[in-house]
Amino acid sequence: MRQALVLGFVAAFAAGPWPQAAAQTEDPVAAEFDKFREVLEQDNPAELWEVKGEQLWKTPRGPKNASLEKCDLGLGPGVVKGAYAQMPRYFADVDRVMDAEARIVHCMITLQGFTYAELAKAPFSSETRTPDPVSITTYVAAQSAGVKLAPSQNHPKEKAAYAAGKEIFFYRAGAFDFSCASCHGVDGQRIRTQPLPNFTKPEQAIRSVQGWPGYRMTGGVMHTLQWRLNDCYRQQRFPEPGYASDTLSALLTYITVNASGQVYKGPGIKR
Amino acid sequence: MQQTRRSVMKAGGALGLLAVLGSTLLKPGRALAAWNKGAFEAKSAIDAMKALGMSNAEDSKDIVIRAPDIAENGAVVPIDVTSNIPGTTSISVFIEKNPFPYTGTFDFSQGAVPFVHLRAKLGESTPVRVVAAAGGKYYTTAKEVKVTIGGCGG
Amino acid sequence: MADPMKIRATLQGDVADVRVLMAHPMETGQRKQAGKAVPLHFIQSITAQLNGKTVFSADISQAISRNPVFAFKVKGAKAGDKIVITWKDNNGETRTDETTVRAGL
Repeated sequence: MRQALVLGFVAAFAAGPWPQAAAQTEDPVAAEFDKFREVLEQDNPAELWEVKGEQLWKTPRGPKNASLEKCDLGLGPGVVKGAYAQMPRYFADVDRVMDAEARIVHCMITLQGFTYAELAKAPFSSETRTPDPVSITTYVAAQSAGVKLAPSQNHPKEKAAYAAGKEIFFYRAGAFDFSCASCHGVDGQRIRTQPLPNFTKPEQAIRSVQGWPGYRMTGGVMHTLQWRLNDCYRQQRFPEPGYASDTLSALLTYITVNASGQVYKGPGIKR
Repeated sequence: MQQTRRSVMKAGGALGLLAVLGSTLLKPGRALAAWNKGAFEAKSAIDAMKALGMSNAEDSKDIVIRAPDIAENGAVVPIDVTSNIPGTTSISVFIEKNPFPYTGTFDFSQGAVPFVHLRAKLGESTPVRVVAAAGGKYYTTAKEVKVTIGGCGG
Repeated sequence: MADPMKIRATLQGDVADVRVLMAHPMETGQRKQAGKAVPLHFIQSITAQLNGKTVFSADISQAISRNPVFAFKVKGAKAGDKIVITWKDNNGETRTDETTVRAGL
């Protein structure tokens, strides 16, 4: 009941009637936000982290004093262009499906000698610190700007990841008895001024991937989908998912496959 | 971030950002030669304009402000100002309800067009006032920008 | 030393559209980190030169957003013209970066 009130709430800020359950494209406030976000994205502070990420990719670092230039993101060792748009995908060397950041973390561990423990200790950006995987993921994502999303669904484990991700998406639990679908599985919902896209539908699922990694105006920090999903779980009052875990790779498989075929524009700006 | 959201909700209308903009005064002793301390520390747009000698600015429809009617996030509000007044040499910006409204002056010379794009922090819904200097006179206009409490972090 | 600016200058006809992204926290002095206020730290002045001549300059306040972005336009520019932009902050720190004007698409 309470969830329904929270989800159905529409705040009236300006003069003019707003339909109670405005469809995505008819919402005048959302349209205005989109228009000015495009203005902001023309010169996106995320570019500062793209530069940083590229440096981190190319500089020998870690106990093994190696760069990431042999990292295979699915298109061959060192191929970065277009790689973000074809993840999550199956990687034979680990026999599992990985999303982009999980794969980057894997390369940092295997090629450079970092440990999962140290990378997972404080994996999200603050106003004063951006973890290396975040900068690197931003750089890698930028190299897929203008590329159509094409996460493979050929391998049995890729199909299994999609199915698991879908189940996770609809799984209700936690103090609010929420699932991802509570907010993102229905048309026309919003939280105050933010419309909640329905990720089960292709034309809206793109909004789950588009804009991430994103420069978040709140705090001026760079965040990836690993952060966004973790924060969703926090908002649902769930336990935190593991950083770069199979759970999140599966969930990212589900929503990215739903957005398949649509053009990814590169790192964006988020509120 | 969570704390900001909660304190924002408690404030019931004002944004956490308003507290961030606050009432800090510049520390004395810093080299601020050309930077107009008096204007930048003024607590109202009227006082700032007075400090800048712009009090007699006349309203003009020839200055165009493009800014959102409702800002997605008051921390980064894109503002474009174009002055179509011939001979414009500078554009000044005042965010009226900010603790220190005077936000800056942009000077144009040697072929620079009287246009500027900037991004500013707005602590709350406010008129954004601009003053163009042209031919020894000042001209002004303003546009209201609403700043909201948003929703999720998406 | 501060991170470099990203500057783009593209010709549209004979007008150079110059866009600059600066890396700077633009702290207002009010934000608290671990219970303590982060000191005021912001870019106060900017100058931009085209082939050595100042075309655009600004004095700004701490109310400009973090990681500031500005855009301005210069008429009469040509491909290959040099744009040099300098900022100076309230701590006396300064940063200068440059680019050349490119022909538009």
